[in-house]
Amino acid sequence: MSASYLEATARERLLAVLDADSFSELLPPAQRVVSPHLGQLDAPVSFDDGVIVGEGKLGGRAVMAAAQEGGFMGGAVGEVHGAKLVGLLRRAVVKQAAGVILLLETGGVRLHEANAGLIAVSEVMRAVLETRAAGIPVIVLVGGANGCFGGMGIVARCANTVIMSEEGRLAMSGPEVIETANGVEEFDSRDRALVWRTTGGKHRYLTGDCQQLVSDDTEAFRAAAIAALDQAGDAQLTLAALEAEQEMLRRRIATFGHADDPMDIWAELGVARPETVPMLEAEAFTTMAQAHRIVSPA
Amino acid sequence: METLTFRFEHGQRRLKATSELVGVVSSGNLEVLIENAVLNGACAIEVKTAARGFGAIWEAVMQDFQQRWQLADTRISINDMGATPAVVSLRLDQAVEAMVEEDR
Amino acid sequence: MTATTTPGQVDWRTLAQTLFPQGHQISEQEHFLSGTAQVDGHTVTVVGTTGHTPIGIEIALAQATAILDTVRNHPGRAIVILVDTQGQRLRHRDEMLGINSYMAHLGKCVELARREGHRVIGLVYDQALSGGFITSGLIADACYALPDATIRVMGLPAMARITKVPEERLTELAKSNPVFAPGPENYLRMGGVAEIWSGDLAQAMRQALAAGGNTDVRAALGRERGGRQWAQRVIDAVAHDAPLNG
Repeated sequence: MSASYLEATARERLLAVLDADSFSELLPPAQRVVSPHLGQLDAPVSFDDGVIVGEGKLGGRAVMAAAQEGGFMGGAVGEVHGAKLVGLLRRAVVKQAAGVILLLETGGVRLHEANAGLIAVSEVMRAVLETRAAGIPVIVLVGGANGCFGGMGIVARCANTVIMSEEGRLAMSGPEVIETANGVEEFDSRDRALVWRTTGGKHRYLTGDCQQLVSDDTEAFRAAAIAALDQAGDAQLTLAALEAEQEMLRRRIATFGHADDPMDIWAELGVARPETVPMLEAEAFTTMAQAHRIVSPA
Repeated sequence: METLTFRFEHGQRRLKATSELVGVVSSGNLEVLIENAVLNGACAIEVKTAARGFGAIWEAVMQDFQQRWQLADTRISINDMGATPAVVSLRLDQAVEAMVEEDR
Repeated sequence: MTATTTPGQVDWRTLAQTLFPQGHQISEQEHFLSGTAQVDGHTVTVVGTTGHTPIGIEIALAQATAILDTVRNHPGRAIVILVDTQGQRLRHRDEMLGINSYMAHLGKCVELARREGHRVIGLVYDQALSGGFITSGLIADACYALPDATIRVMGLPAMARITKVPEERLTELAKSNPVFAPGPENYLRMGGVAEIWSGDLAQAMRQALAAGGNTDVRAALGRERGGRQWAQRVIDAVAHDAPLNG
């Protein structure tokens, strides 16, 4: 059933992406495991601390799955939220899951929990890599309104596969933070077209930071996740793969380091009419991109 | 944050033996956790809200809610971030409906 | 203890002599440190930054290169990451080119080194702001700190703007609240920092490199030390169905 991934809540997304009736939540809201830190800033808590974790099936295979709720604290990671993700990643190893599916929508470290939030994101990062080391693929979906930013933008690129919609954004620092630090000339955070050219799914797909670009549709995300799980192969880090990635990143600076605007990069890649990229539908865009995009080892 | 509690005795309607959550704690929104509880037929509601000083309005909304549903042995817990009475009523109804649905 | 060149900045050269009395071959290139040093008769790789420099794509890649070189060419050689940074570079260009990928790549290289049997440790010797060390010092086997180091997530004015909590309130909280205060003692209590080094720094370095353990024990440390009461508990509940009140 077709539905906007962007407009759905985290719970709705999770249920739509996983096989019907297969999801079983761990630490459900009824257990009320809330943030121990938000109270001192007089901020409201949420019964699941903004992240749903549990077991389910994807294309018939047993997976661990999580979805961050972007509406609560911008999806940002606090002590409990981060620990739920770490626990899920470790459970995947214990249960020998076929994969871990992470539906990320987050600003990164939850500033209201500052130090605890930073350590939490760091622990999620190590946990993703630990789970991969155990041979279990980690697949990240990015398509929510808040994007995937901060330390979690780094976590996303520690996963095996990143699936994005055009609406999704993946980066480290938000445009507002950059504008505040270095001025509107540096990055005009209100120039939405620029923001999406710089951090959006299509740009990431063309430059090799995203492996699949889908339309804003829970069905499309589901199909892409199933395909990613099927094609996962060896989840572990290897010297050869990291050397290949290092070479790609070196060439990226050498080739595109002087670009002023992401559109210059698309033109450099050989995209015929780069100004039309934002107009293309996901399928048409993906077809066009095949001849030009950088394919990265994830 | 302000905490408000309400209790309605002598309810009529019991819900399925589980718990459900509706809504999100985002600006202008709220989450409602609804579950069975052994309360001697009562319905107990606890509200934690970021918007102080609206006790009388919450009272009115809850009275209306109880009139509508007359729930028994039900606990409702709410985290609110400034939702309007209309949105609160909507979420409460959605929560109850989630507890009476047999199939999805 | 350590001399400063500019007020409020630690001189990395003086520090290096103190950390590596057997000698070092570390050089600096535009605030990027790299080279080798001798500890207990063994050579170790040293990589890091100085001058509170921001970490952009180039320095992230340079650090990753040094680490992969070590894995490729020097089996078993330990890696020491010296951290002094004001955080990730805040430029449109870095985001356009995917700084999150460069940071992730660095983190993955550290992880590979760990897998391949290299001991990797981080030392915050001056400043560390989140994005600047989350995939270096914080992803090492263990992260250490000097007593006068500052570790923080973000500057208070920016934090006030984003959280909408008044700056005065955050400043107040930063004085004593472990969640907000920037001292290494708080990170120690929360498990983020393994130990704070004082006294004989060369001895601390020797001991840190000789120590074992390459699983992430920070949440357990946080619980043991009282700084984070919930992380390990929640991890156990989700990973192993352990009861929450255990």
